[in-house]
Amino acid sequence: MAYYIGAAGAEFTLFRQRILRRWRQSLQLRIVALTAGITLAVIAIVGYILITQITTSLISVKQRAAIARSTQGVQYLQQQLQLVSGTPGGNINAALSASTQYLSQVASAAGIFRVITVQRDGLDNNPRVISVNSLQIDVIPTDLQRVIGNGKQAIAYATVPLDGSTQTVLIVGSKVPSVQGDFELYYIYPLKNEQDAVASVQQTTTLSGLALVVLIAGVGLLVSRLVVLPVRQAAQTAAQLAGGDLEQRMQIRGEDDLARLATSFNDMAASLSSQIVRLEELSKVQQRFTSDVSHELRTPLTTVRMAAEMLHDYREDFPEVPRRSAELLYIELDRFESLLKDLLEISRHDAGGLDLEAEPTDMVGLVKKVVDAHQAVAREHGVRLSFAALNGPLNVELNGRRIERVLRNLVSNAVEHGQGAPVEVTLAANDTAVAVTVRDHGVGINQAAAEHLFDRFWRADPARVRKLGGSGLGMAISLKDVRLHNGWLQVWGRPGAGANFRITLPLGGPENRLTTSPLNLIPRSETGGWLGGHPAGRSRLVARADAPEDSDGQL
Amino acid sequence: MKPRVLVVDDDTALAEMLGIVLRSEGFEPAFVADGARAIAAYRELRPDLILLDLMLPGMNGIDVCRAIRAESGVPIVMLTAKADTVDVVLGLESGADDYMVKPFKPKELVARIRTRLRRIEPEEAEELQIGGLAIDVPGHKVSRDDELIALTPLEFDLLVALARKPRQVFTRELLLEQVWGYRHAADTRLVNVHVQRLRSKIENDPERPEIVLTVRGVGYKAGPP
Repeated sequence: MAYYIGAAGAEFTLFRQRILRRWRQSLQLRIVALTAGITLAVIAIVGYILITQITTSLISVKQRAAIARSTQGVQYLQQQLQLVSGTPGGNINAALSASTQYLSQVASAAGIFRVITVQRDGLDNNPRVISVNSLQIDVIPTDLQRVIGNGKQAIAYATVPLDGSTQTVLIVGSKVPSVQGDFELYYIYPLKNEQDAVASVQQTTTLSGLALVVLIAGVGLLVSRLVVLPVRQAAQTAAQLAGGDLEQRMQIRGEDDLARLATSFNDMAASLSSQIVRLEELSKVQQRFTSDVSHELRTPLTTVRMAAEMLHDYREDFPEVPRRSAELLYIELDRFESLLKDLLEISRHDAGGLDLEAEPTDMVGLVKKVVDAHQAVAREHGVRLSFAALNGPLNVELNGRRIERVLRNLVSNAVEHGQGAPVEVTLAANDTAVAVTVRDHGVGINQAAAEHLFDRFWRADPARVRKLGGSGLGMAISLKDVRLHNGWLQVWGRPGAGANFRITLPLGGPENRLTTSPLNLIPRSETGGWLGGHPAGRSRLVARADAPEDSDGQL
Repeated sequence: MKPRVLVVDDDTALAEMLGIVLRSEGFEPAFVADGARAIAAYRELRPDLILLDLMLPGMNGIDVCRAIRAESGVPIVMLTAKADTVDVVLGLESGADDYMVKPFKPKELVARIRTRLRRIEPEEAEELQIGGLAIDVPGHKVSRDDELIALTPLEFDLLVALARKPRQVFTRELLLEQVWGYRHAADTRLVNVHVQRLRSKIENDPERPEIVLTVRGVGYKAGPP
């Protein structure tokens, strides 16, 4: 049973929530409900005042007429009693009966009425009643009898049994003093007509009031529809625009405020879509430009390249000056070419619209390949380059070419800046992400480096001789490549303590959002340093206490 | 006799330079600068290999490639300035065997040309069976139910490489090395596109291949015989 009540209660709560939601969501419902509510309240007040006024005036007219009638009755009765007392052997009872009879028949402005005459002996509490239709004293309230007994004229309203039914009546009582003793004269006016009249007025008022409420609610509905429908249309059109359908417009009818809304809305939509189209075209122009530059530059470069190689092959046959020139030409062409390649790559990124072209790739194998490829250079630099995979073979949806390029960039940078200290490459994965860190113990990075490391053409030290080449765009391209995978590329570093670069990629493809990284960005043993990369608002100094667990990636 | 190479390129400096390199490596180059005349030149000269620039006046390289491929399996190496996927894939799908992105090193170009021209004829007869196909290796013939299937030399090499070791899974890199002669890993799209082309010729239903199977995340292998 308790369960049932509970269920009913829950049902009610649900119902109430539905109503409340409907109320909050529908402007139209609110407008109609409010108009109807206010109208109802006004009509109730007006109706109440109206009915009270009508009742009061009806009653007061009746009352005045009744009192006047009563006063005349008293005078008449007193005359009759005087006559009887002046006539020897006059029968007082007969006179009372006749008078009562007479008084009952005199027409009155107060409408129909009944008359009761009561004779009371001073000590006798048993009154003698003279009436026409055998009315009894019990129709007169005892309160009124007492007031009249004390010698006043008084009126009272009472509900009494009359003519076989219960009726509300107006009773006017008066004391009639005479030499024969005191009499009481009561006029009884049934109020049926007045009640009928008031009831009829009430009914009319209620009905017309209700009709008015319905009418005004209807008007409210109509007006709100006029306003709400265009607003709903605007909302729908806006949603379609937001959904990418740039051709959607509102219908404009007339010249009113709503038409102005629609016009402004359409202007906004037109301006938005033209902006978008312009941007898209700009992007296309940019892409075409990149592609054209690429083609136009590459063809002569190919010729130059082949010519330089030819010269280089025959350099032993040349005298000193042309030989060295041929060598320089050959070497610098390599740099020129890689710079051109990077420039084109980053402008492709800038133009947008790059497809990721991800396919399942063994991340461990990929990292191992890159590390192995750098062992020779590492030995040249006297750097011990090691790789530790904390997880086994791991298939990740990624573009192998891009991620390999990023890894190559990080590992070669670490070897270059490692100052002969070991470089450790680590891979780890959890359920949602895979991370690779490249840790060196070289010069480390300062604040400026953390801030600008991923900027184009930024160099850690302008005086540094770059042994491994590079265009100055490598880091910027790496960041773009990782972000194309919806991944993170971050760096921690401290001057003199080396740097730790971390790539984090979502498992199961770039549509998954990263929330954590399986590897720490700040090495366990470190207490402070600078952070940079993406995601990071700004690079900043961290203390270990600031970031007890930075693996959530929120720098 | 020196192998003849037809160079289809509108850039005269590059064409001349290519000629110098090719001649110094023992090839006999011929030149045509206009795409529209390339097909006529091919028919006339019957070269052993074509170096085809993708952007040409008259008729673009892709259409030229398609037209030549329609009548011959002659090795075609495309020269392109665009490394973008769409261009490369479009070029390969039109029938090119290999492509070189400018600027390339002359030695690399020569190595690729040599690979495409290499025809190591086995001494003894070698017959392979795979998925209902009969492959006559020295005769360069592939047939299903005694009906010959026309494959380009590259497609034939690809099929033979897979069919010779039916149990081995070939990574794309390994195929690039064995079939295309790349020393170190290059564009694996080359393999993807040619596998698709090969499947469209030899499979009953290229959507559900039975002869050249994909091993997801690794590469390809031959189906059961």
